[in-house]
Amino acid sequence: MIQNVNAAWFAVTRLARDRSALIGLVLIALLVLSAVLAPVLATHPDDVFELHPSERLKEPSGAHWLGTDRMGADVYSRLLFGARITILIGIIAVGASLAIGVPIGLVAGYYHGWVSDLLMRVSDIFLAVPQVVLAIAIAQTLGPSLPNVILALSVTYWPWFARVVYAETRALQKEVFVESTAALGASPWRLTVLHVLPNIASPIIVRASIGMGFTILTAAALGFLGLGPPPPTPEWGRTIAESREFLPDAWWYAAAPGLAIFLTVMGFNLLGDGLRDVLDPRLRRSGPARDG
Amino acid sequence: MSVPAPPLLEVVDLARHFPLRNAFGRRVGWLRAVDGVSLEVRPGETLGLVGESGCGKSTLGKTVMGIHTPTAGDIRFAGREIGRLSRRERRAVAKDLQYVYQDPGASLDPRWKIGPSLHEPLRIHTTLSRAERDREVRAILAAVGLPDAHLDLYPHELSGGQQRRVGLARILTLRPRLVILDEPTSGLDVSVQASVLKLFRSLQEAFALTYVFISHDLSVVRAMCAGIAVMYLGKIVELGPTTRVFETPRHPYTQSLLAAVPRIGGRRVTQDFALEGEPPNPGDVPSGCRFRTRCPLAQARCAAEEPPLRPLDGRTVACHFA
Amino acid sequence: MAELLAVRGLRVDFATDRGPAQVLDGINLDIATGEVVGLVGESGCGKTTLARAILGILPEGAARIRAGEVRFAGTDLLREHPATVNDRIRGRAITFIPQDPFTSFSPLFPVGAQIMDLMKWKSPRARDGDRPSSLFARYPRGRYRADREAVLEILRAVQMPEPARALRRLPHEFSGGQRQRLMIAMALLPQPDLIIADEPTTALDVTIQAQILRLLRALVKERGVSVLFTTHDLGTAHEICDRVVVMYAGQEMEAAPTDTFFGRPAHPYTRRLLASVLGPDGEIRDIPGEVPSLVTPPSGCRFHPRCDYATAECRVERPALRALASGHGVRCHHPVDAPAGADA
Repeated sequence: MIQNVNAAWFAVTRLARDRSALIGLVLIALLVLSAVLAPVLATHPDDVFELHPSERLKEPSGAHWLGTDRMGADVYSRLLFGARITILIGIIAVGASLAIGVPIGLVAGYYHGWVSDLLMRVSDIFLAVPQVVLAIAIAQTLGPSLPNVILALSVTYWPWFARVVYAETRALQKEVFVESTAALGASPWRLTVLHVLPNIASPIIVRASIGMGFTILTAAALGFLGLGPPPPTPEWGRTIAESREFLPDAWWYAAAPGLAIFLTVMGFNLLGDGLRDVLDPRLRRSGPARDG
Repeated sequence: MSVPAPPLLEVVDLARHFPLRNAFGRRVGWLRAVDGVSLEVRPGETLGLVGESGCGKSTLGKTVMGIHTPTAGDIRFAGREIGRLSRRERRAVAKDLQYVYQDPGASLDPRWKIGPSLHEPLRIHTTLSRAERDREVRAILAAVGLPDAHLDLYPHELSGGQQRRVGLARILTLRPRLVILDEPTSGLDVSVQASVLKLFRSLQEAFALTYVFISHDLSVVRAMCAGIAVMYLGKIVELGPTTRVFETPRHPYTQSLLAAVPRIGGRRVTQDFALEGEPPNPGDVPSGCRFRTRCPLAQARCAAEEPPLRPLDGRTVACHFA
Repeated sequence: MAELLAVRGLRVDFATDRGPAQVLDGINLDIATGEVVGLVGESGCGKTTLARAILGILPEGAARIRAGEVRFAGTDLLREHPATVNDRIRGRAITFIPQDPFTSFSPLFPVGAQIMDLMKWKSPRARDGDRPSSLFARYPRGRYRADREAVLEILRAVQMPEPARALRRLPHEFSGGQRQRLMIAMALLPQPDLIIADEPTTALDVTIQAQILRLLRALVKERGVSVLFTTHDLGTAHEICDRVVVMYAGQEMEAAPTDTFFGRPAHPYTRRLLASVLGPDGEIRDIPGEVPSLVTPPSGCRFHPRCDYATAECRVERPALRALASGHGVRCHHPVDAPAGADA
């Protein structure tokens, strides 16, 4: 346990040395803080539900830092609460994709033959369908709501994990320690869960981080199309959709959520790239100068 | 007068072929890596398998171990046929028959500490309690000359030599009866090689092990093995007691092999060395005797008829004209 | 024999996680014209670093040359302008045969194209004016046929079957032994004065190694080319070398003509090393202790922690070169005067 905490801390400090990864980390931290502390940080926490028609479409000012929307609600406050939705969608959707994709990838990677081929073909099929289109189809059939958005995203994102895990598992099979542990009599279960999985954790983590960004972007797109959680939920994508008819005058109405989405997605991408650099070279230790 | 112990390992006409495929995945031929090998190893013995690259010695080791499935032939271990067992049954054999890779240190999971890595074989094969396992592991660790403190370290925190010892310890926790060593001293410096061989010897005594020692290095095999099998392109060409084979090699290939090894002191080997050409492509072996394309004694009969292993002068040789 | 290469006091450090590793600690080395010198030692002794330092191909960021000179035919290669060294010396006067035959060629181009590419720049017929100035330049006029003929001739000399056809083939179609023959050919084409061969037969099977060693020695003796041959296998050094130099932990310990080196070694390390080579008696002798870290190396003579004859002097002061007999030098405070194998 202590080992894992140390390892995590080590990773964070190494990460901090990479400038763009640091920026990513800061952005994500900002996102998480906004979500967690929304009630505290918001200037008008009740505006998520209350309407103030008299205040509608006011410019950014001292009272309303990012202006008000068409209902007179404070854009800034709604933005902060929107962060909660964003994170929730991201975590659950990516989490579900992991739960589906990783086991499938492990099985497909471990076995050779028709099982593996079948599983990979299935994931190829899912990959071939554009995520947004499939998500729209699901949302249309089942109705717009938060759970349905999450469902749509999970169902379409898992193949990415399956692929990464499949490729890494196959590569790892050639490693001497896997072959030798098998020669010691280890069962496929033991090999896969106790040996392969820990050793491929890094690419999975990287893919998860990048997946968060991707998922959030798609969730915003779904929200924009009206397929996400219904009003008054302050989901960012829907907010942008609402703002369309008031552009370009009420520019803050669209700019705020737009910028939030942009920074969030970029944050996850930068973090993912940074993690990839940190986690890989740590495994590839450079020894002292080798000499013939 | 005691009856000699039955062989611990018997290999009868073992073959392992790999399909050769062209760019379209179509099979265009066979790589006959091991093509009809028979040998016996008695308990407590050390048998050396020598030959150059492509001779099949490594494939033979892996096939006996079960890493490859035999294409043909039998493998009998302690009297029991093991070449055709199911995967699960085969896993149980691992307790008695083990395999050491060229770099035993690489057989350790880099993310596991040494302690759990050493416990693992016991967890797989026995129902010992944690305390009992702990006792076993510490005993083995002492046997390979490592301190208990290493149990809490990761492989990369140990030196290469220490990793090697841990890799060996891991296998020894199962108290195997026969251990196949695959090129264990390849690439090692002479003095390191000497330390490793000393370790193998002491372990053999301490654990009553039987070794099958695969190596391309003839001087190592001479120091470690009482019996030797010389392989060329998938077949054994000479088999017998090491001293006899080294003093009076009968097969032309064995003679060339021994003649090629550089010596320190005395006449330069290369001044007299005569073997020309390269070994043929293992995917396309010559008809009859496989060595005939490079053999100074080759005649018409060698192309037509493959020579069987026959007894000669205290060992067996596969040559028409030895 | 005239002196061709003289290394004096060469000190090289490598940057590591734990601080600078003193990989070479003031090396002296001499090679005469037409002489085959073997550089032996175990992993980490510095022989490959020394070979690369002479060639000037040490990894730039990691390696630092702290002191010393490398005098080749009068000029100090370390102080010469890099462009001149690259143009006139490397690949011309001094050529290189690497250890791994399987990665020494680009897998994408036929072998002939790669060799002729070499000849574009390094042919002995090239004059200063007609060297191409870019990668895409045409083959310089007038010498293509002569150069190609020289290539075919050298392929015959290295016993490559069907040289003309061989030139059209891709590298993967050749075996390891054949690729080393090609590397030898490429090393000889520019008509060098010195070839640096870095463990060229280590990756080869023993029967092929015997062929290659015999070939290499015959060719260099024929052409009067000097060779610096690094190897960790003492038997190989005995086969091909006129003189042997042994290194340990970045210091050179002893240098002697081959027969003397193997028959009457003076340095305790040399004696231990030779004793650990497996002989027919079946006894296995190793050297107690471990190779030291080069980040915190032992003081004075770096072998002293493992040496049977070490005294306080050995800890304090690195021994100077002591000439024992003609051509036999040893850096030791207590050299042994007995035939090899006389002590346990």
